[in-house]
Amino acid sequence: MFKIWHSDDKTANTVLLAMVLITLVIPLANLLTPVDSALHFSAYTVSLVGKYLTFALLGLSLDLVWGYAGILVLGQGAFFALGGYAMGMYLMRQIGNRGVYGDPLLPDFMVFLNWHELPWYWLGFNNFAFAMLMVIAVPGVLAFLFGWLAFRSRVTGVYLSIITQALTYALLLAFFRNEMGFGGNNGLTDFKDILGFNIQSEGVRAVLLMLSGLSLILAYLTCRWLVNTKLGRVITAIRDQESRVRFLGYRVEMFKLWLFVFSAMLAGIAGALYVPQVGIINPSEFSPLNSLEIVIWVAIGGRGTLYGAIVGAVLVNYSKTVLTGLLPEIWLFSLGAIFVLVTLLLPDGIVGLLHRRKEQAV
Amino acid sequence: MGLVTQFKRYRSLGILLIGLCLPVLANAQAMFGDVLQTLKQGSMPDKELAITELAETGNPRALIILQALLDGNLFEAKANGQLVIGHEQNQVFSLTDAAGGEPAGNLDRDAISKINLTNKLRTLLRKTVGQLELSAGDPSVRLAAVKAMAKETDGKVLELLQQRLKDEQDKDVKQAIRLVFLLQDTHSDHPKAVRINAIEALKAYNSQEVLNQMKAMVEKDNEGQFLELDPDVRNLAAAALIKINHRLQFYSAIETLFFGLSLGAVLVLAAIGLAITFGVMGVINMAHGELMMLGAYTTYVMQQLMPNNLGMSVILAIPAAFVISALVGIAIERGIIRFLYGRPLETLLATFGVSLFLQQTVRSIFSPLNRSVATPDWMSGSLQINDFLSLTWNRFYILLFCLMVFVALLQILKHTRLGLEVRAVAQNRTMAKAMGIPTARVDAMTFGLGSGIAGVAGVALSQITNVGPNLGQAYIVDSFMVVVFGGVGNLLGTLVAGFTLGIANKFLEPFSGAVLAKIFILVFIILFIQKRPRGLFPQKGRAAEI
Repeated sequence: MFKIWHSDDKTANTVLLAMVLITLVIPLANLLTPVDSALHFSAYTVSLVGKYLTFALLGLSLDLVWGYAGILVLGQGAFFALGGYAMGMYLMRQIGNRGVYGDPLLPDFMVFLNWHELPWYWLGFNNFAFAMLMVIAVPGVLAFLFGWLAFRSRVTGVYLSIITQALTYALLLAFFRNEMGFGGNNGLTDFKDILGFNIQSEGVRAVLLMLSGLSLILAYLTCRWLVNTKLGRVITAIRDQESRVRFLGYRVEMFKLWLFVFSAMLAGIAGALYVPQVGIINPSEFSPLNSLEIVIWVAIGGRGTLYGAIVGAVLVNYSKTVLTGLLPEIWLFSLGAIFVLVTLLLPDGIVGLLHRRKEQAV
Repeated sequence: MGLVTQFKRYRSLGILLIGLCLPVLANAQAMFGDVLQTLKQGSMPDKELAITELAETGNPRALIILQALLDGNLFEAKANGQLVIGHEQNQVFSLTDAAGGEPAGNLDRDAISKINLTNKLRTLLRKTVGQLELSAGDPSVRLAAVKAMAKETDGKVLELLQQRLKDEQDKDVKQAIRLVFLLQDTHSDHPKAVRINAIEALKAYNSQEVLNQMKAMVEKDNEGQFLELDPDVRNLAAAALIKINHRLQFYSAIETLFFGLSLGAVLVLAAIGLAITFGVMGVINMAHGELMMLGAYTTYVMQQLMPNNLGMSVILAIPAAFVISALVGIAIERGIIRFLYGRPLETLLATFGVSLFLQQTVRSIFSPLNRSVATPDWMSGSLQINDFLSLTWNRFYILLFCLMVFVALLQILKHTRLGLEVRAVAQNRTMAKAMGIPTARVDAMTFGLGSGIAGVAGVALSQITNVGPNLGQAYIVDSFMVVVFGGVGNLLGTLVAGFTLGIANKFLEPFSGAVLAKIFILVFIILFIQKRPRGLFPQKGRAAEI
């Protein structure tokens, strides 16, 4: 029987333990210890760590399709952003008449555009449960449609990568348009509360971090379980020898499709958790560069290990925070260098490096 | 008595004649000076007179001075009272003497005072200038004058034009003057037969004025009554309007086609280097856009190096950009890509890293702001075919340039040793190696060729868009779309795909707006690839399996 908590891979156990600790310790220390205590974590740290955890979930979702099914998706950011927009729409509706124009129904940007009623696709987003359903459903349906077309006609490899990039690029252009009704260039922002609680308050931020951590742990365990089932084995086999698996009688496209849809849903959840913590969602989340950065998190951490993606996402984003703070010019240089060096020298990522060390020691 | 006295008499007559003439010549010169003096200092009625007199002097400088006065470029230098024509450049006025045309140095705005005009004077000036221009030697000046005068016709203008028509030799000017009269003839104060004839004749003209006139003739007033009372004339005008509108649609379709072709040319230029590196070699080069950016920056640097010779700098930038981008490309291939052959996804990531690196390098050297690259004279302006159709030169040249690059590339691949080796390696690497082709070197050279063409494309791009660090990013998705749409490994497919997408984009734009048109095209390609994963023109045979 598969052991849910314990894995034979020691690094995996360490990462899991670290995730549990972060999820529990940081929010509690933030809420329970006094501000001047050595154990206290500032509100800034809380929202920063919360953001990293959502990125880790996003990286995990990509590693599932790229690392296990070999589908390099260069548009994973699109699903993330769609989930984020669904959450953002709920938060916009919660503003009510507290906007600058004080319109009880319409968000500020619609009043600004001289719109008189809510577009049909905004209906229902004042209901939290409906919004959360959309967080999963919108990326899921898009991934289903896209994947159904792509996998059925056996578009693979770089072709698939490039059209996923085109997908996110098209969405980027679309969401920039004011007429789309998603706030255009500025996106959705100025959120006030979530489920009646003030979104700025420390308590809500701590809870959001805990939720992000919890979602990450649950998603990680689910993914780990998934790849160790028979289904997961078939998917890995597809990655290694697609035509052979097809000849054995498996419907390869169905396996890929459902994995792709599941991964898009995970990315959507990550986006929905990200938006309340950073307080804004705008079209730049759709930019192809963002999606490529996600690929780099996974590549650095080590693809095909799941926990590697988590490590990579947190490490890269932490160094991004540090470097852009210290030397903004250096960030793109080092990101570029990381891309080159990791692909040339570290094909298995940091996790691979650790394993090699261990093997040498043995 | 005799010859001598007779001669003396005649001599004295001659002297008398000369004596009579000299003051006239001197007078003309003096009058020119006087008139200028009046322009400078006289009262408004005096100025009015001076303007007419100046036009009548027949002095070649008169038109220039009057035009400058009309444009507000005529000044008096405060220091010495000299009448000068000034043009502002970077807040300093560069001056020329009004009377003689010699350069008169540079002065600040404070050191000169403008010659003021009233509206009445301005109207007079416009007429006078038109009159002078109408008899100018250059037919294009005359044509412009006729067109300007047609906008405000009155009895005097018509009289002027009537006179001009008698002496006019140039076909276009004649045509333009006739148009003015025909338009006049359609007015309701003329007999019906004249009006009908005029409308019949006007049908053939491609002119905005004719279109407006016909529109005005079929309009209704607020109470639903036709402004034109005669139903025959009205129906005829309506028929003419339909005919002209048909031609207008036809010409606007040609214009859209031209825009589409020029957009297609840009896409082809951007994609054609990629067609080599991606299509022939199978390398996904995400830094391709940045190689174009390098080409565009090379143009910028060349212009900085030779600011006085813009036309030449753009021409010289073409080989320079080719060499620079090719060298960078070869460095990328030797340094990174050759370790990653057969691993396309890794190549994609590594070259993306290179693209970030190049972007940031350019950002650090040239600042993150856009740099402006000037367009040489021979590329600016447009070719005016008629009122409904004008084609801009820079787009035309880019179209031409694109075709030249394409043909040159085809020739290189077909007729040179490098081309032969490139094709051999692309078809069967192992066999080529066995035949003694240095595959590693060929790989580097092929990549250099593709990259160099990207650089050349950058030179063309610098003429139509802003040159900035993000220039490449804007084109990378499009270029891949073109290559994939056309069919990987097929240069002709790239050409067809580029033009198809460009034209489709421009024909969609009027209905949907630019952004939505682009989205439609992207979605179309995404769907198209599902249907035909190998593009419009898939490769056949063994190479298709790879």
